[in-house]
Amino acid sequence: MKKIINSPEQVVEEMLQGVALAHPQYVKRLEGFNVLVRAGAPSPKVALVSGGGSGHEPTHGGFVGKGMLDGAVAGAVFTSPTPDQVFEAVKAVNGGKGVLLVIKNYTGDVLNFEMAGEMAAAEGIEVEKVVVDDDVAVENSTWTTGRRGIAGTLFVHKIAGAKAEAGGSLAEVKRVAEKVIANVRSMGMALSPCTVPAAGKPSFTLAEDEVEIGMGIHGEPGTHREALRPADEIVAHLMDKILADNPVAAGDEVAVMVNGLGGTPLMELYVVNRKVAEILGAKGAAIAKTYVGNLMTSLEMAGFSITVLKLDREIKELLLAPADTPAFVQF
Amino acid sequence: MTNVYVAAIEAIGEAMIRNKEYLTDLDAAIGDADHGINMVRGFEAVRGKLGALPPEADLATVLKTVAMTLISTVGGASGPLYGTAFLRAAAVAQGKSAVDGATAVSLFMAAVNGIKERGKATRGEKTMLDALEPAYEAFAAGVGDNKPLPDCLELACAAAERGIEYTKTIVATKGRASYLGERSLGHQDPGATSSYILLKALNDFCRRRPAEEA
Ligand SMILES: Nc1ncnc2c1ncn2[C@@H]1O[C@H](COP(=O)(O)OP(=O)(O)O)[C@@H](O)[C@H]1O
Ligand SMILES: [Mg+2]
Repeated sequence: MKKIINSPEQVVEEMLQGVALAHPQYVKRLEGFNVLVRAGAPSPKVALVSGGGSGHEPTHGGFVGKGMLDGAVAGAVFTSPTPDQVFEAVKAVNGGKGVLLVIKNYTGDVLNFEMAGEMAAAEGIEVEKVVVDDDVAVENSTWTTGRRGIAGTLFVHKIAGAKAEAGGSLAEVKRVAEKVIANVRSMGMALSPCTVPAAGKPSFTLAEDEVEIGMGIHGEPGTHREALRPADEIVAHLMDKILADNPVAAGDEVAVMVNGLGGTPLMELYVVNRKVAEILGAKGAAIAKTYVGNLMTSLEMAGFSITVLKLDREIKELLLAPADTPAFVQF
Repeated sequence: MTNVYVAAIEAIGEAMIRNKEYLTDLDAAIGDADHGINMVRGFEAVRGKLGALPPEADLATVLKTVAMTLISTVGGASGPLYGTAFLRAAAVAQGKSAVDGATAVSLFMAAVNGIKERGKATRGEKTMLDALEPAYEAFAAGVGDNKPLPDCLELACAAAERGIEYTKTIVATKGRASYLGERSLGHQDPGATSSYILLKALNDFCRRRPAEEA
């Protein structure tokens, strides 16, 4: 393992200290907890709290700020944070209008956030939750845990965050978040694995010419492995799966996110985006907004995911509203 | 004099440490390669917390301490699940000064039911329940037959071991491994394995100290 760390045990703590030192105008660290909250928290509006395992930076701490999250809870690398930590975040950001928990659909995240919600409810804090499940790589059936939550979660932060910033009630913010979840789909692929610091070795291996299609953001295996193909063919395959699940028609408006998993040059992400735009254009869909970057990463994994969000007037307006956070600034 | 309940939990913690890499490797195959790391992080914290308890701490206090510590340090799916199990067992142990057969059965049952309620899973979904539920049934049957408690624990371990073998033959429909669908076949469930390790450690502990029960 070759990493710029001091020790695997200290990596989350030292990262959080680094974030707080870099962005004091945006965030503050909750003393004694792995929680970042808005510098001015609590504020008299509905608050959004998200979180998950670490290793996905800038998710989630990088999106704490105006128009997005109020609190972000960092678990151990790739491991959901614990209920007490989430509960502290909820208490710290609750401004009396209630708190929305934005959870990615993994059993661990759901169970820990649910327990935190129960603790908050017991203290009289109004808490609602939404569970994001945008990854079309894994089948959605009543017999399974459902789809995973990946990069599409960012659109939930952005759009529900804008609604909260505009003074929406907890019920309205939740409704908007659920609308985004119903309309957002993603799928990814990986060229190379990543190494969780505490594990010291990669959680899987891929041959030099092999890629994993549908790879999860914690290195969970995807749908299958295949030989590396040209970018356009890979993108066409991922877009087929995404659009099969949530078809776009001529005249539809969409937002696109091409997300790097941490070890992929922007150059390649732009090559991907070119083909994504071509495919959507051929369907007659209008792309209202495109985001390209390393937004929900998987440590140093090489690979990317594509997210397509179908817009209506309400969520388009909220998507385009200003936001100001360490990792997401929009005027 | 050392507290027997604390010593038993410490024996479980040592077994988790010995099996850290094994559990993590099992999780690497069908999950996200952290189960051993999670369990060890939890049980190391438990050791610290138990060390701070007064030596006369009763079973309920020890179980509650284990529960709260696991809930606040493990994370992942296994943290709330094992944490809830210990919490429910603690509630049953409340006010009990000795553990007889009937109490042991209701402790075990409360723990298993806690996991079922929290995780909304049933047997056959390739989770820790595939080791724990048959283990509970074997244990309760042994107690029903008036067998000595260590023998009942032995039966529970054997059932849990068959349970982890069984997890290799089924497709996961709960937890992270369910994302794999058919690709989870042939692999042993990490959570079922840690449950077996827990019971085995408890069994070994009781065999070393035949006079006492945990
Ligand atoms: N709903 C559930 N009910 C019971 N056990 C579960 C459930 N979901 C997952 N598990 C157990 O948790 C284990 C995984 O634990 P761990 O790796 O620590 O958490 P995570 O999956 O969040 O990384 C699985 O092997 C399985 O036995
Ligand atoms: Mg795991």
